[in-house]
Amino acid sequence: MSYIPISPKERDAMLETVGVKSLDDLFEAVPARHRFPMLNLPPALTEMEAMEELSGLAQANENVRSDLVSFLGAGMYNHYIPSVVDHILRRGEFYTAYTPYQPEISQGTLQAIFEYQSLMAALTGMEVCNASHYDGATATAEAVNLAYAQFRGKRRKVVVSPAVHPQYRAVIRTYIQGTDMELAGDNPNTDLDSQPDELATLIDENTSLLVVQYPDFFGRVYDYAKLIEAAHAKGALVCIVANPTALALFKTPGSLGADIVVGDGQPLGIPMWYGGPSVGFFTTRRSFVHKMAGRLVGETVDNRGQRSYVLTLTAREQHIKRERATSNICTNQGLIALGTAVYLSLLGKKGLRQVAELCYQKAHYAAQQLSQIDGMGLCFSEPFFHEFALCLNRPVAEVNAHLLDHGILGGYDLGQDYPALKDHMLIAVTEMNSKEDIDMLVNILSEVSHG
Amino acid sequence: MVNAASTAKHRPSTGSGPVPPLSAKIVEPTVFDLSSPGRIGVTMPDPDVPETTLPPRELLRSDLPLPELAEVDVVRHYMHLSSFNYSVDSGFYPLGSCTMKYNPKINEDTCRLPGFLHTHPLQPIETVQGNLLLMYTLQEWLKEIGGYAAVTLQPAAGAHGEFTGVLMMRAYHKSRGDTKRVKMIIPDSAHGTNPASVGMMGLQVVQVPSDERGNVDLKALEAACDNTVVGMMLTNPNTLGLFDENIEKVIELVHGCGGLMYGDGANLNALLGIVRPGDLGFDVMHFNLHKTFSVPHGGGGPGVGPVGVAARLADFLPEPLVGMIEEGDDDTAPLYGFLKPAKSIGRMKAFHGHFGGGFVRAFTYIAMHGPDGLKDISQYAVLNANYLLARLRDTYRVPFDRICMHEFVAEGRFEGSDVRALDIAKRLIDYNFHPPTNYFPLIVHEALMIEPTETENKDTLDAFTDALIKIAEEAKTQPDLLHNAPSTTRFGRMDEVKAARELVLCCGLPEDYSNQ
Repeated sequence: MSYIPISPKERDAMLETVGVKSLDDLFEAVPARHRFPMLNLPPALTEMEAMEELSGLAQANENVRSDLVSFLGAGMYNHYIPSVVDHILRRGEFYTAYTPYQPEISQGTLQAIFEYQSLMAALTGMEVCNASHYDGATATAEAVNLAYAQFRGKRRKVVVSPAVHPQYRAVIRTYIQGTDMELAGDNPNTDLDSQPDELATLIDENTSLLVVQYPDFFGRVYDYAKLIEAAHAKGALVCIVANPTALALFKTPGSLGADIVVGDGQPLGIPMWYGGPSVGFFTTRRSFVHKMAGRLVGETVDNRGQRSYVLTLTAREQHIKRERATSNICTNQGLIALGTAVYLSLLGKKGLRQVAELCYQKAHYAAQQLSQIDGMGLCFSEPFFHEFALCLNRPVAEVNAHLLDHGILGGYDLGQDYPALKDHMLIAVTEMNSKEDIDMLVNILSEVSHG
Repeated sequence: MVNAASTAKHRPSTGSGPVPPLSAKIVEPTVFDLSSPGRIGVTMPDPDVPETTLPPRELLRSDLPLPELAEVDVVRHYMHLSSFNYSVDSGFYPLGSCTMKYNPKINEDTCRLPGFLHTHPLQPIETVQGNLLLMYTLQEWLKEIGGYAAVTLQPAAGAHGEFTGVLMMRAYHKSRGDTKRVKMIIPDSAHGTNPASVGMMGLQVVQVPSDERGNVDLKALEAACDNTVVGMMLTNPNTLGLFDENIEKVIELVHGCGGLMYGDGANLNALLGIVRPGDLGFDVMHFNLHKTFSVPHGGGGPGVGPVGVAARLADFLPEPLVGMIEEGDDDTAPLYGFLKPAKSIGRMKAFHGHFGGGFVRAFTYIAMHGPDGLKDISQYAVLNANYLLARLRDTYRVPFDRICMHEFVAEGRFEGSDVRALDIAKRLIDYNFHPPTNYFPLIVHEALMIEPTETENKDTLDAFTDALIKIAEEAKTQPDLLHNAPSTTRFGRMDEVKAARELVLCCGLPEDYSNQ
């Protein structure tokens, strides 16, 4: 299949205008010995054949809508996506446009991003939000960069709670390798029962940032206000990695005193898509806006007196600052950010709270039922949102294999990241799980436990 | 459009921000402006489980200041917004360096197949063999297209791929005990992301100039090459759209001082089936699946930036890679899973990369083109650019004028006229074309960087050149037409100074909302 709309006759006329005899003549600057390699790729498919091939690959997966009942979360969640979201995302006017460099003909994208920024600021209780990062993990790493830049490299320590998502912590380690920054607290062998307030002992005058997660990786909800106060007392900044659905129910990180709130927007109307693309939100206080990476949309007027929007504070960015920029990011997750804006607009004040409460109710029902199985129990006693750690009496892999035989995608094996949590499973429950699904999980786990 | 006559009733959500003028006319209200208490956009089912009491009140938020809209309000709002956008689906978008080609519609269907859409990244590998085979195959195809020993699909965008590549280059030197290498050579024509990627890691940038034919200045390069050099980052064809005529000498010099060669794959659309950067000696290169392989640009993202490496760098790739972990036989299919390279620089993002929106679309595109179709893409992308160049060079000065690759850079200025590239760009909008990239690369005055791509027909290219020739005429006879452009659009030029000075970055619900 070719998408080239030029006939042979037109091609010949164009070659003549250019002044060359053949298409191959256009490439004489390319070293002859490497020119025109034979690529060893399969022959071209027609659209019909491609659809068949891709359908075959998709069907070789077991998906969580028609094949499996899922209790897997750990950073990516199976939520209901109202039809409207994808209908908007399929508009070519949105998905085939690029970065709004020409604001006169990009107001659709610009206003949508401005609204995304506004919705995320309202949800997190923060003052400003940028146009987004690649995902929650890279947004967290950018928070580390912001804090480092804020103290001009003079504070080199970053305290990271071990209850931050293991992959997010891994990305922070990747981003800071080779710099003079050091991590503290990033130790999966710490006592995970200990209260987060104990992290305060690691924070000193050399600390630029404290990173905690809300709810944490194990689903627990803490009031971080005191810890944040302690961090501020040492002059450090605080970044909270938040689950956006939970923020419809729980106190905002802004009201707890956070300086930066980041997270992954996937739960807000974006399919899991085997891990991406999602969107990393980044919100902060006005005073840090000049240090914040990423694109930013601001309100203005056009020369006809109409309210309109432009990319602003671009002098912070790589194309102006080049090697002095704090980040090299030049895209945002435009289309995915638009999806979350549509989702939040549609669910709004009542709908999002309803989703959060459904998750809460169903997760608590599941936890209550599962904790009654002999030989199993909840690992932690703190309040939780829609995820909780369940202690099993045998290896998680074994239990999950058994669940899979019954069409259930079991929880995340916490022993992979936390040696002390061997035989512990992280179970996520959302509005997509019916009571029947939960009862089935309970029954099968009950059999496993006694079997 | 709705409410065209109404005025701004919203306030910034933050107390500290300045209040925007009440006089601004509103073309389309925000979702907050449109909110009305009690409207419902989606009804969720009632809980089907026995009720649990909510956590203590001190843990809960008291208010959720999100808008309240009905479904039809939301649909019309975003439809109105969509009508304010120019897009590839609506017209010619010759934005240099961005490869704004047509995005085949089948990609939109394949990437939404339920098996792709609703799989969780942490599912057991046995349940996602379709995804893993697709990723494995895409890795193999990119290796073949670029001439590389290994490919990671993980980086989320071109800039993210650059960062990945530079981390690997440094790790490679370090693993050999070669710790004095702290400099990266970057030409003056480079994208800003190149020096920014290097700056993020605390390395120093050594800039080298271009010569009069638009190639890397070999003398300057030779002087910069020593044993403190990590390597060189080069876009080839470069941002002037020119293939470096001394590319083999450039790479020889960098390799000669022990440096590694990084290829910025932003301009790969000129090279498919033409030359493999790996064969030329580029040790690392990122691919932009959103440029070359038709993943749509999405209004600014998501991008997709896989990175290919030569064999000596393969151990440093980010984790995880997709590999065949059990070979199949006549009866059983092979098993695909994840591998961790021996000296991996670590993880670049959570999970496995931009699978659905990126890998599936690019896979579909490559599968539908095959080797000959890929070569056609680059040949026609280059033909279209040279055709525009041939038709425009008598009207617009082209400072580095030779056969170009997929794009070229002209000067948007005329002797004795105060018309600038910006004015020409804005006037093109009146002729219903998206303007070229302007003011980049920095080494050309009033740059207009034009990249037509292969998916435009001769009529469109002729209409575009006719418009540019007419605009050059207007610049002499009616310069105000250009200074005041665009005049045919829904919106005029924006006050960017005001945006930066007042910094209104969010809006919220109207102040009187709670009383309604």
